[in-house]
Amino acid sequence: MSESNENLIVMSGIYKSFPGVQALEDVYFTLKAGEIHALVGENGAGKSTLIKVMTGVEKQDQGTIILRGEEVTIKSPQHAQTMGISTVYQEVNLCDYLTVAENILLGREPHKFGRIDWKATNIRAKQILQELNIDIDVTQPLGSYSTAIQQVTAIARALEVASAKVLILDEPTSSLDAHETQQIFRVMEKLKQDGVGIIFITHFIDQVYEVSDRITILRNGKLIGTFQTETLPRLELIAKMIGRILSDLDDMTATKLETSKNIGEETLLEASDLGLTGSIEPFDLEMHAGEVVGLAGLLGSGRTEMAKLLFGIDQPDSGSMNIHGKLVEKYSPLDSIDRGVALCPEDRKDEGIAEDLTVRENIILGLQAHMGWMKYLSLQKQYELADKYIKLLNISTPSPDQPVKNLSGGNQQKVILARWLATDPQLLILDEPTRGIDVGAKAEIQKLVLSLAEEGKSCLFISSELEEVLRTSHRIVVLRDKKKIEEFTGEVGERAIMHSIAGGE
Amino acid sequence: MVHRAKTFVVKNGPLLTTIVIFILVYIIGGLLYPAMQKPQVFFNLFINNATLLIVSIGLTLVILTKGIDLSVAGMIALTSAASAALLQAGMSAWLVIPLMLLMGIVIGFVMGWIIHYFKVQPFIVTLMGLWFARGMAYIITLTSLTINDGIYRSLALTKIYLPFFGNAYIYPSTLIGPVLLIVVFLLATLTRFGRTIYAIGNNEQSAILMGLPAGRTKLIVYSFGGFCSALGGIVFSISLLSGYGGYAPGMELDAIASVVIGGTLLTGGIGNVIGTLFGVLINGTIVTILQFNGTLSSWWTRIAVGGLTLIFIGIQSLFYMRQKHS
Repeated sequence: MSESNENLIVMSGIYKSFPGVQALEDVYFTLKAGEIHALVGENGAGKSTLIKVMTGVEKQDQGTIILRGEEVTIKSPQHAQTMGISTVYQEVNLCDYLTVAENILLGREPHKFGRIDWKATNIRAKQILQELNIDIDVTQPLGSYSTAIQQVTAIARALEVASAKVLILDEPTSSLDAHETQQIFRVMEKLKQDGVGIIFITHFIDQVYEVSDRITILRNGKLIGTFQTETLPRLELIAKMIGRILSDLDDMTATKLETSKNIGEETLLEASDLGLTGSIEPFDLEMHAGEVVGLAGLLGSGRTEMAKLLFGIDQPDSGSMNIHGKLVEKYSPLDSIDRGVALCPEDRKDEGIAEDLTVRENIILGLQAHMGWMKYLSLQKQYELADKYIKLLNISTPSPDQPVKNLSGGNQQKVILARWLATDPQLLILDEPTRGIDVGAKAEIQKLVLSLAEEGKSCLFISSELEEVLRTSHRIVVLRDKKKIEEFTGEVGERAIMHSIAGGE
Repeated sequence: MVHRAKTFVVKNGPLLTTIVIFILVYIIGGLLYPAMQKPQVFFNLFINNATLLIVSIGLTLVILTKGIDLSVAGMIALTSAASAALLQAGMSAWLVIPLMLLMGIVIGFVMGWIIHYFKVQPFIVTLMGLWFARGMAYIITLTSLTINDGIYRSLALTKIYLPFFGNAYIYPSTLIGPVLLIVVFLLATLTRFGRTIYAIGNNEQSAILMGLPAGRTKLIVYSFGGFCSALGGIVFSISLLSGYGGYAPGMELDAIASVVIGGTLLTGGIGNVIGTLFGVLINGTIVTILQFNGTLSSWWTRIAVGGLTLIFIGIQSLFYMRQKHS
């Protein structure tokens, strides 16, 4: 097909910045008719910003978008739709209670004598779905079908109502099982043959290799490159995503391990067969006093899910856990705190920090909860504590009475750390503690983690930056596809871990 | 065929339950008080609840969009007081009636506009509307104003005798509710406007992303709600031939209860006006039974309706939970 070489969309020199972040920097992206183009990158790489620019949710600061040979300005998602650019989100944006047929055709139903012709509507909807090789009863409410069918319904709507030529699938498979994923893939293949250009955003590397023709990799808002899928080895893809060049990999012996001799014999935490269906498969894990255990794996590999189980946010449905040799019977955050376990959540803004409270108030929050609300902590004591941690962690704030929202990301992160340190935990779970903070602050937090280990505390360190995990951890646990794959102790090559993360080959 | 019947039952479960309960309650009433078996008693349900039915129809659409309209009873009072005052001042009924309907539409539109463009909760805005309307009604008159207008009087006193039911009769204004009901039912099921109402109630964000005119539809729905309230107010003043700011106290809650008993979810997106009709009829039947009893306090009506509403919300949850899982 000669048509398949035609560029549907060409985006060049795209720049977009948000306050404090350069979200996209000189990005070039093309999509051909009849191709499946995977867009990959870790959190904050700029994938979603690129899509937002393409669909008119955000306006680029600089750069041009050429759609089928014509330069265009995309004003809004509706405008994008009329130009044939449609997006199907992971969370399906349709109406659960309405029937499948209505969801596909609402706004474009066939009319007869000025009223909706329900019969024709249902027949047309069924036809559209059959073209996608899906045969279901379209008169049932959408909510009664699986997420996969809902996704297909959303795709059908995009094709029918917006006559989409460019179809953006944002993490369509992330909540689907293997069978359902195949169902979506078959629909994608079908559309590809019809000449639709599909942008496939996913964090499942296996799926990228299964369906995509080309891969575009973004990192920190920059284009790393666009590659033919078959010419890009898996390992190289991973390396490009997480930002290490293969030739550098073997000289990797990081600045750690002086603390490794402190690791105690005593087992602080011992999980056996701990798991939760749909969240993470059963795993074993041991953590010792004075040890930093790193969790490596791609986004969605089950890192956060593991942390949530260990901290008791989620209740496991299999296995057991011992902390200090005692069997854990009640899984809840409050009980975990009582057991000396602390968790710094991944999403600092939503789950960690109380933005409008002052630095002092944020720091004593955890201790107060630990002591119980009835016990009074004198103001003098509060200031002492705040001052102690501001000094200890080198938090740069004009005073302890500064609202936390006025601090930089790195300092906010330190405040959260201080909050947990004030409760004197034995086991700290740090989920992406260095995300979105500058390099200097990152190094400080890494150092801090090691010094905590030196004091005999145990740390579970989660990060999507492999380099950082390697530098700070004594032992590394690799997760892939919601499953614990391997453990590495001692001198580990980055290459070996990447192999493990990537899987497959 | 069996399968289709089953689907029908599951799909319309709450509505069928409402209808069955209405029939049961009516039969129980008829057994307890044989006088209730007279056809006229049944038609009285429509006569006595004409206003409630009209405002509940408007309210059903509002609730389907996940909104609420607390202003209905205030609007009834305002319409009755304003029309009585205007008629006393010598204005023609043919002018007063359209004027009142226009007032209802305007007030409804303004409430809808505030709700949509300033993103204020419907609860707050329509509560404001309730106070505004009742307040205005009391400013117009502190006492009950009698209506002596010829057209109103003839509408109030003309009986339409029904064939086949002995000498059972209804009034002209009794017909307004059922006609409105049919129109709104067709509007809701057979037009894009109607389906957009359901889509908004399902998930407003989705409706917008689907390219449906969510804002315009909401404005129309609240305007229509105001129209129904004013229409209800006119019917109310015809039946009492007077206007007063204190009329229809708490009727907004009766209307909400009727809509909920009729199977419409307060969270929007599910339900229809046919259910609302039966909600109103159940409410009316309970009142009738208590009137026939004569010794019980009329407050038992409220208690019974309250209990029924609670039961209904329970039944709805069960139905929708099962539907989700099947």
